Amino acid sequence: MENNKFDWRKYVLVFIITGMLFATASYLSNYFGNKKVKELRDIQNTIALDILSSETQYALLSELSCKNVNYSALSGELAELGNKLEWGEENLGQTKEVDFLRKYYALLQIKDYLLMKKITARCGEQYAFVLYFYTTAENCSECERTGLVLSKLREKYPELRVYSFDYSTELSAVEAMLRIYKIEDTKLPALVLDDEVLTGFRPFEELETKIQKSFNLETKEVVAEEDKQKAGE
Amino acid sequence: MSAVINSLFYVFLFLSLYVQVFLLVTFIENRKKIVIRKGQIKLSHYPTVTVMVPCWNEEKTVARTVESLLAMNYPKDKLTLFVIDDGSTDSTWEVIQQFNKYENVRTFTKENGGKHTALNLGLKETNSEFVACLDADSFADPESLIRIMSYFEANPDVMAVSPSVIVESPQSLIQKAQKAEYDMSVYIKKMLGFLGAIHVTPGPLTVFKKKVFDDLGPYRKAHNTEDMEIAYRMQKNGYKIEQCNDAYIYTNTPKTVKKLFKQRVRWIYGFINNTIDYRRLLFKKKYGHFSFFTVPAGIVSIVSATYLFIRMINQFTVSAQSKILALQTTGIYLPESAYNFDLYFFNTGVLLFVTVILFVLLITSIIIGKWMSEDRRLSPLNILYFIVIYSVVAPFWLMKAIYNTIFAQKPSWR
Repeated sequence: MENNKFDWRKYVLVFIITGMLFATASYLSNYFGNKKVKELRDIQNTIALDILSSETQYALLSELSCKNVNYSALSGELAELGNKLEWGEENLGQTKEVDFLRKYYALLQIKDYLLMKKITARCGEQYAFVLYFYTTAENCSECERTGLVLSKLREKYPELRVYSFDYSTELSAVEAMLRIYKIEDTKLPALVLDDEVLTGFRPFEELETKIQKSFNLETKEVVAEEDKQKAGE
Repeated sequence: MSAVINSLFYVFLFLSLYVQVFLLVTFIENRKKIVIRKGQIKLSHYPTVTVMVPCWNEEKTVARTVESLLAMNYPKDKLTLFVIDDGSTDSTWEVIQQFNKYENVRTFTKENGGKHTALNLGLKETNSEFVACLDADSFADPESLIRIMSYFEANPDVMAVSPSVIVESPQSLIQKAQKAEYDMSVYIKKMLGFLGAIHVTPGPLTVFKKKVFDDLGPYRKAHNTEDMEIAYRMQKNGYKIEQCNDAYIYTNTPKTVKKLFKQRVRWIYGFINNTIDYRRLLFKKKYGHFSFFTVPAGIVSIVSATYLFIRMINQFTVSAQSKILALQTTGIYLPESAYNFDLYFFNTGVLLFVTVILFVLLITSIIIGKWMSEDRRLSPLNILYFIVIYSVVAPFWLMKAIYNTIFAQKPSWR
């Protein structure tokens, strides 16, 4: 009968062992989570360096030929970072680190946008720009759909640069953009294409037409500028 | 609300892990007490035993069952067989007539009334010191009875001993999956035996002291799980049940998912309802590990399996919805990111590691169970079938059993 005796200690011991197993599981999970955050930080640093380098190069060479402007931060890299950040937010929990990386990412996008605009205007590169504002604060299926359409467009037009911003990002630069384009949280998703603000879901075909027009516009502007320059000479 | 549901998720994971660890600790504590005998043994004294074979429409298997009992290594004058036809509508009664030529075999026939009534008829007719039942779909190893009886000889406090039930030559995938499950049960039952906390004395050759029924009364209908109810009743009265791991009974198991489903709904329904009937036994020090471990562990496994399944369905629905949304928005198209898989997107949450630990413990218990039932062949495929088939189908029989319980109780609420 010796085994039949009821012993609390066994229950406590098993509780401790199980707790330790759980702790091991959460340690491992944390370890890999941190590795992912580090990966994010590394990508971000590379992009930041690229942008800074291009800005500097641009400043140095602004007086010279466009041929020397070498811009390597591709839209794809920024997009990949965006995807990973989004996934990280959902699966790694809202840690401070991920939150910080998100803000930094928003800032990098703005810098990239401004720089690319300048380069395009001056050197005649054929780029089109879309600013995309969405929300994660509430369930927004239109935002989800808009995101899908934009990804598809970006794959079709590698020269299309999409910059996406979470409405609730607490960063003064993002808030400034919201003010400039008068974006309201009740009218999300919102897209800015050639200074035109489009709210609500827009189907692929509609956006495609607008983007094609935008490509032409950029080209025309550059041509006009070149003409002006020639005339000036 | 979602925070509560999420923490419930971790509570269930923790409890599931707790149950496995508890069994493993019990194994480590008692591993030296596990004996696996080979060949024949002798007893100093051979008490009289009656083995009852209740059958209902089992013309195909009953002869082999009785033959396996006739071949038992036990003195013929001490072993009586009762073959009880419970109102079969096939030729079972004719088939069992051939055994009347044996002196120690008696055949009975009665109106159909359920397995427990057949067994109770046998209990009335016997004068043996020990009684056992062998389902007519199972076959006993010749050494099984004597090995079981040795447990009674070793400890006079023991009131019932159940054997290791092994799946008889598994053919279909479903049976192979059950093979792994039964191997695991050998381990679990032995551990529960060490804890004095066995909750079911299965139909395949559990041997009881006749005194059990003299003291506690005959079998009851007990939601068609009379072999579980008698074990609960014994636990309530402090009667010791042991598990003899080296007594082998081979049993035919359901071949198809449908039959397995039916069997399991009955088992789980029986567990839930016997537990409700005996709810006063829960969490009372007097009833030992039966009250604090066995029954709560059963409840935990039912509730957490159901919960995890509903959660999975829910997640699946959400992801299916977003897939449909994507399809409606952009048509059929694979984004570039789908081609280059990035390890970054491999989810390394707590759930992954806890699941890995749980599976390691599960596979360990199947291996220990195989070792205890002296089957050295590792069959990883059976384990795979077990894990895959059971994780898909088991939640359904759990939910059906819960549904039946709630539904059947409705009238009494009025």
